[in-house]
Amino acid sequence: MTSVERAAPIAFGLIGLGLWQGAVSSLHVPVYVLPGPTAIVAAFWIDHTSLLISLLSTLAVTAAALVAAALLGMILALAMAASRVARAAIQPWAVVLQVTPVVAIAPLIIIWVNQQFAALVVCATIVAFFPVLSNTAAGLAATPPELADLFRLNGANRRQTLFLLRLPAALPYFLAGLRIAGTLALVGAVVAEFVASSGGFAAGLAGRILEAGYRLEIPRMFAALTLLALAGITIYAALGSFERAVLRRFGAAS
Amino acid sequence: MLRLTGAGRRFVNGTIAFADIDMRIDAGEFVVLLGPSGCGKSTLLRLLAGLDVPDTGTIVWNDGTPPAPGDIGFVFQDATLLPWASAEQNVHLPLRLAGKSFSETRNEVRATIAQLGLAGFEDAKPASLSGGMKMRVSIARALVSRPRLLLMDEPFAALDEFTRHRLQDDLHALWREARTTVVFVTHSIYETAYLASRILVMTPRPGRIAAEIPCPLPDPADRRTDPAYASLTAQVTETLRAVMPA
Repeated sequence: MTSVERAAPIAFGLIGLGLWQGAVSSLHVPVYVLPGPTAIVAAFWIDHTSLLISLLSTLAVTAAALVAAALLGMILALAMAASRVARAAIQPWAVVLQVTPVVAIAPLIIIWVNQQFAALVVCATIVAFFPVLSNTAAGLAATPPELADLFRLNGANRRQTLFLLRLPAALPYFLAGLRIAGTLALVGAVVAEFVASSGGFAAGLAGRILEAGYRLEIPRMFAALTLLALAGITIYAALGSFERAVLRRFGAAS
Repeated sequence: MLRLTGAGRRFVNGTIAFADIDMRIDAGEFVVLLGPSGCGKSTLLRLLAGLDVPDTGTIVWNDGTPPAPGDIGFVFQDATLLPWASAEQNVHLPLRLAGKSFSETRNEVRATIAQLGLAGFEDAKPASLSGGMKMRVSIARALVSRPRLLLMDEPFAALDEFTRHRLQDDLHALWREARTTVVFVTHSIYETAYLASRILVMTPRPGRIAAEIPCPLPDPADRRTDPAYASLTAQVTETLRAVMPA
């Protein structure tokens, strides 16, 4: 990538922001309909402590859910790879969890799980674990048949085949699933926060967004949304570099 | 060393891979199975390896004991190395699966690596090796456990001709030195004539052994340019013409 190509998205974004600001100012659009970028930055500056604390709360839920999703997805995938009965038993329920909108089951989970943080993590995990599960399961099933033959020929036991062949072969699939799960965990965390906010628990960014909406503080709402978008991009990029680093160290990539 | 009697194999979809195959492999031979694609050569090789079982017929090992892990080395058409492991770790794999750590087998692994001309590439990952080098690692991996029988399934088919010639030279030299029993599958007449101590010609599905050609080729410095090599390739070509369906 040349330096021009690297600068292109930033320049494009700045031009867009400039046009936005220009349109809002010249057309005298009221801030409670569409604030300009400067109004959003000003709103963030006034309220940055509260917004950043909320962001931290949302990120804590996201991180916990991502770890839980990675463990749950991996364990279920291993169980499915180990036994056909386990595969038959797990698969339909995993799909049921995947297709049920979390917004519909979040109220139940918030009632069942007494601790608010844990309830949010459970909701976000339900949204995030599926790509880890399906990717890891696909990776464990995609062991090159000739290598499996080679292991058989040399009398490898199940443990050796799992740790020396199937798990390392599934690693790239797992990491790709993890990258998708990262952004889904954020989405799941925010959706669950929306539901929880209506019950009075509003520590996360969703709480700030709802609050700003009720008070018609649209610039503050935009500031919270911007933080959310930046968090999503950062999570995606960070997991991407994590994936490349791990593959460089342990994987096929040279 | 082993004898196959009346061996037949039919796939689930009903296709007959091969039928009624009798063959004998003696210790120290370099047997080449020559045939067109789809004559069941690879299936036959998997049968000898114990990776597949025949529907009919029997396979009998002369000393009465079926091969134990490590007794059979297998080289696939692709190098099929573990991409995350170094050349050395890949060669060590069969010993590792037999429960032997790298430190106690270091000498065997290093010697086999040197034998295949891979000294200096011990730590290289497969992705950084050429096709020919990867195949050398694959052959070293098959030989490291000192197998009684080495099975090779078109190992050089995907290589360019220069690399192929060098690997054929080295394989032939290794075989002359160690006299490991080899069964080698190929569809190349030239490769067959160059490597074999005995040729078995197979016909397409249902595969059967249509001809057997002994190869009394001398061991001159350069077999490739020897007149005996030219006349052997001519003989193999004529045999193929005679037995192949039009």
